[in-house]
Amino acid sequence: MSTTTKPTVTPPASVLTQRRLPRWAPAATALGAVVAGIGIGAGAGLTSEIQWGLIAALLFVGALHVLSTRVEGSRKAKDRLATSLVWVCFILAVIPLVSLLEYTIRKGAKVLDGYFLTHSMNGVATIEPGGGVYHSLLGTLEQVALATLISAPIGLLTAIYLVEYGRGPLAKAVTFFVDVMTGIPSIVAGLFVLSFWIIWLDFSFSGFAGSMALSILMMPVVVRSTEEMLKLVPNELREASLALGVPKWRTILKVVLPTAVGGIVTGLMLAVARITGETAPVLLLVYGAATINTNPFDGAQDSLPLYIFQQWKNGNEPSYDRAWAAALVLIALVMALNLLARGVARWKAPKPGH
Amino acid sequence: MDTSPPRISPRAEPAPPPSGRPDRPQGPPLGQEPRDNQPDTGGTPPPTDRPAPPPTESRGRVRIGDRVFSGAARGSGIVLLAVMAAIAGFLTLRAVDALGKNEGNFLTTFEWTPNAEPPVFGVAVIAFGTVVSALIAMIIAVPIAVGVALFVSHYAPRRIAQPVAYLIDLLAAVPSIVYGLWGALFLVPHMIGLTTWLDAYLGWTHVFDQTSTGVTPRNLFTAGVLLAVMILPIVTNVSREVFLQVPRMHEEAALALGATRWEVIRTAVLPFGRSGVISASMLGLGRALGETMAVATVLSSSPVLSLKILDPGGGTIAQNIAANFGEAQPIGRDALVASGLVLFLITLLVNGAARLIIARRKEYSGANA
Repeated sequence: MSTTTKPTVTPPASVLTQRRLPRWAPAATALGAVVAGIGIGAGAGLTSEIQWGLIAALLFVGALHVLSTRVEGSRKAKDRLATSLVWVCFILAVIPLVSLLEYTIRKGAKVLDGYFLTHSMNGVATIEPGGGVYHSLLGTLEQVALATLISAPIGLLTAIYLVEYGRGPLAKAVTFFVDVMTGIPSIVAGLFVLSFWIIWLDFSFSGFAGSMALSILMMPVVVRSTEEMLKLVPNELREASLALGVPKWRTILKVVLPTAVGGIVTGLMLAVARITGETAPVLLLVYGAATINTNPFDGAQDSLPLYIFQQWKNGNEPSYDRAWAAALVLIALVMALNLLARGVARWKAPKPGH
Repeated sequence: MDTSPPRISPRAEPAPPPSGRPDRPQGPPLGQEPRDNQPDTGGTPPPTDRPAPPPTESRGRVRIGDRVFSGAARGSGIVLLAVMAAIAGFLTLRAVDALGKNEGNFLTTFEWTPNAEPPVFGVAVIAFGTVVSALIAMIIAVPIAVGVALFVSHYAPRRIAQPVAYLIDLLAAVPSIVYGLWGALFLVPHMIGLTTWLDAYLGWTHVFDQTSTGVTPRNLFTAGVLLAVMILPIVTNVSREVFLQVPRMHEEAALALGATRWEVIRTAVLPFGRSGVISASMLGLGRALGETMAVATVLSSSPVLSLKILDPGGGTIAQNIAANFGEAQPIGRDALVASGLVLFLITLLVNGAARLIIARRKEYSGANA
């Protein structure tokens, strides 16, 4: 491929300059590697595009290294090797992620329309097209709202405790266990509520049971993010307020929290976005239903992630289409929350005081 | 003590009350009087033993709000601890129940038939599968994630770096079920070529040997690849935070000594970021261990314990729970809870190790993903 080995002109090289590859050498090598990768892949009859990409990536890294060693010497060549490896890593990482988004959008747009968003699966046979996600969307929103109602106050107050009051063994224990809680697998949270609420207290499956598991997952995230934000509030503000005779609790409510509100809201919304996509606890606790159930405290509900899983399990084309469309709705919901959160963060960015 | 000058000055300067007065319960009428006596004790409540009754009463009033508020704050901290204790307690309770009825050895039995008569179940296969799939994910994801983190922090042109970091942030938020759907319907068909190739050329390693070629690759390897894609954003984000915190002086010192960019990274950035990267990977490992839906959709499970990661079969704890929960009877549910407890313990160990490493380098505040 690219036979661009020779640098164009090397005048009587002064001692301080080295021979270098031209600026366009990496790009040219990349292009050559891609072409060769496709050529080899197609020629050898490899069916998987993943392999074509891997071949091209290997060729690129190898060729550039060899070129650079011959022209620029080994130190420079190592530098180039690292650079090209980093670029390859980046592309390797971006491809599946972009493919995921692209595939979901392409597949999901097929079925997604107003009808899909406003109808439930009531009376729709799994093998025929039609039906919608209304009941699951409703369920998800209710469960997430309930979970937020439970965990936001507890999370906020715990963070306030840790930052403003926390001293001694209790604060240490709380910090440690918040860390531990962050790492709880979602299915374990689901199992806990299952054994506590459904097996021990003998309640039935309901949206509320799901919200409890979701709030277990949400609390530590809220505590962590709020804690970070409260720590950013400069101490001078607190001291000024206290010096004016304002009691501590009013200082916290009127000075500390308003200063950090942007970051706190952002953290909350990111936590909400995270639990919106949780499937495992919902699978164990909400159970799933094809009909609209507006009451999260009574009887099985549905939720978007669960809907996707059920449709995938049905294993036929119309169900797959529905699954993709629901996935698109879910991603849109989560992304919207994320973007909104970031918007709030930018809008009310706390100014660290130093 | 009650000299008049200090009493006048606070009245002339009523700065603190107005800001808070509106929503203070019965604030203005009662608040005014105590405030006259307040200034000499300052805002903080050091219990100076003045024998004057009105001031103590006023301090008592102020303290009620304070006490309620700090009580609520401490209370929610305690609630959190109680939840944690309850989780451990209830899981153990159910698990002990289930283990009492188990006719097999819980740690070494391969089968998972708790609903049969007699109930026999064990975590050998699924615990093995959990660890192996998570390890595969780590081996693939961590080098790439470090590469991407370096790309964002040191290599990318500034115009690209910010959007890329942003994109990866967003991708960390994609729900796992969507990854699962994509893995089952897109990744699995696309892995056929790679698995046959690995089998053909690396089959001699035993690990990459495929017993019957051409089967759909619903195996631990594909699950590992999917998990790698899932944990990549998390590991990348945390590592990037750490790399961005490398002291500028270290890098500039290296550059001043004539180091190339790679040498700067090798001598200044990587040593500084090492513990951060380790803890980031362990956080990712924790996530991979507990991942349910992605594995449940991709893997076709069977009670086979085999090192051949390209053969369909095996299973993970979380996947086993999701797959068997539907038809489980009471003993079956308890058995699943017992396996959940094992998963809980494994993730506790991994996360605990990660936290220990982070704690040793406290300055990485970004490592709380």
